[in-house]
Amino acid sequence: MNKWMRLFALVCVFSVTAAACGSDEEASAFKQCKVGETDGDFNFYNWSEYMDPDLITAFEEQFGVTVTEDFYPSNEEMFGRVEVGASGYDMIIPSDYMVSILISEAMIQPVQAAAVPNKPNVSETFEDPPYDPGAVYTSAYQWGTTGIGVDIGVTGEVPHTWGLLFDAGLAEEFGLAGKITILDDPRETMGAALKYLGYSLNSTSESELAEAEQVIADAVSRVAAFDSDQYGDLMVTGETIVGHGYSGNFLWDFEEGDSEYDYFVPDEGGTIWVDNMAVLADAPHPCTAFAFMNFLLDAENGAQLTNFNWYASPNAASEQFIDQEVLDNTIIYPTDMSKLEFISDTGDFEINFTDALSRARS
Amino acid sequence: MPAVATQGLEHQAERAKSRQGFLLGLPAIVYLLVFFVIPLGIVIAYSFATRTRSGRTELNDWNVEAYRRLGEDVVRAVAFRSLWIAVLTTVVCLVLAYPLAYFISTRSPAVRNMMLVGVMIPFWSNFLIRTYAWRVLLDSDGLFTQMVSAVGLGDGRILFTSNAVILGLVYGYLPFMVLPLYASIERIDWSLVEGARDLYASGWMAFRRVVWPLSRPGVIAGSILVFVPSFGAFVTPAILGGNKKGLMGSYIVDQFLDARNGPLGASLSVVVLGVMLVGTLIYFRQGGRTL
Repeated sequence: MNKWMRLFALVCVFSVTAAACGSDEEASAFKQCKVGETDGDFNFYNWSEYMDPDLITAFEEQFGVTVTEDFYPSNEEMFGRVEVGASGYDMIIPSDYMVSILISEAMIQPVQAAAVPNKPNVSETFEDPPYDPGAVYTSAYQWGTTGIGVDIGVTGEVPHTWGLLFDAGLAEEFGLAGKITILDDPRETMGAALKYLGYSLNSTSESELAEAEQVIADAVSRVAAFDSDQYGDLMVTGETIVGHGYSGNFLWDFEEGDSEYDYFVPDEGGTIWVDNMAVLADAPHPCTAFAFMNFLLDAENGAQLTNFNWYASPNAASEQFIDQEVLDNTIIYPTDMSKLEFISDTGDFEINFTDALSRARS
Repeated sequence: MPAVATQGLEHQAERAKSRQGFLLGLPAIVYLLVFFVIPLGIVIAYSFATRTRSGRTELNDWNVEAYRRLGEDVVRAVAFRSLWIAVLTTVVCLVLAYPLAYFISTRSPAVRNMMLVGVMIPFWSNFLIRTYAWRVLLDSDGLFTQMVSAVGLGDGRILFTSNAVILGLVYGYLPFMVLPLYASIERIDWSLVEGARDLYASGWMAFRRVVWPLSRPGVIAGSILVFVPSFGAFVTPAILGGNKKGLMGSYIVDQFLDARNGPLGASLSVVVLGVMLVGTLIYFRQGGRTL
């Protein structure tokens, strides 16, 4: 008798849990939000060192909500977290190619124009991006390039090539062994090796990717760390000399160092990317998320973000509020865009990039 | 008749006691069921699942592909590297901890307790923070680097090498070796050693024939307590080793987060769990009883 009671209780617990899980999926239409409407605290999943804490505070005060921020080092890691569902995050900042993937997997919801009246502030360039035609699902956050930062106080003038990361001869010449960091990011890292070999960073040729994998594998012994968030720090503390990373982060950290530094996109070409605000399909607080999107698309707030993180702003209305030294900086706003390439979604081939990077360093 | 009644009462009392025990244990049982047994089941299920071309794990088409991949050179290299680092860490810990435990257990009780508290003090702050602190000590102009080069032992730069990983692991797990060693050395009956010396055993002989065998349970327990977490270490290799040349722990994390290969990550986890299970079994058979 007792045994049956226990079993019954257990079955009850499970069925209640199952029912709670099942009911989520039945809500098909997204909740509609009004301008400035909030529906709870905001859970923000962003790249590290990418958001001005003052803007977060301002948003919290203006809307009376609490913002929780978590950080990720690569698009793939973020995707891994949110694809399982019920991540609890409201907004993510995926890059271009990852937006295509998220749309095709129905993991993000359309931007509600009614709740985001500032959306027209976005410059024409980003109104109809290839990864999200018509910018239906996303709104551009910031854009920039991926390249190489060098402590030229140590090396003197260096050739502008990806070989600084990968070539044994150059490492010898400039004393780089054990002083190199490379991004911990499948598309960026494999992309850099592909560019070094003269291929497109969107190559879907297995043999080209295998060559790139070999390039990384050969370089591992000279690499200090695969790192996506501390490469600038490591350089200005003198731990490394050459780093693979994002334009704005380098500029930011260079300010703190005593040596002389340079950032460039190698002559073989590099990545241009756009990171975008997207609200997850299963966001627990979508209205707060759209309120935040609208908040950041405000002309002055957008300018404040660029003045803070030194990445280029997609917000046309913001330009008049952006510091002149930022607008004039060719590292932030490159004049020659011809050798830059977008990372695009390679569909089924995507997983090969992650596998190649995983194999190359193990 | 009366006898039967008493038996019935006793039986009832026993059942009441057992029911009471069950109710008291219920929260912990539910907790372990929900947060340990079920997740473990999921891990095992994942290890037989299918990974789609987009990196999703689908719980159908059950297969042993992920286990087949464990034989690949890459995985073997990672496993052997982890094994090597774990063995090295265990040996270094043992060599450092044995004399220390011996020293502590031969002090007066008051001093002993002070020293034991000293061994445990590092646990008062978070392991992650302490590991980051090592990064500061180990960087080019860090204290450790300067000290090593000052004594003339090379340039002392070991950050982002496997030496730094071993250093971090030894630092982190040394107390796990000291405490069981202390526990078993402390309870040795020293009159046995005196007896050995009376029979003209040399100091070394008395140690080898009396102290060492009696402290063996502590050696085994400590070695397993150090070996098992070193084998699966994740934080230390990532922070002090620069996240390259994967070790088992980081390789598994990479499978789930970076490569999004759930089945392979899960099958690796099952193997690590197997290694830990064997370790624990040895522990219970040889050392666990005396602790």
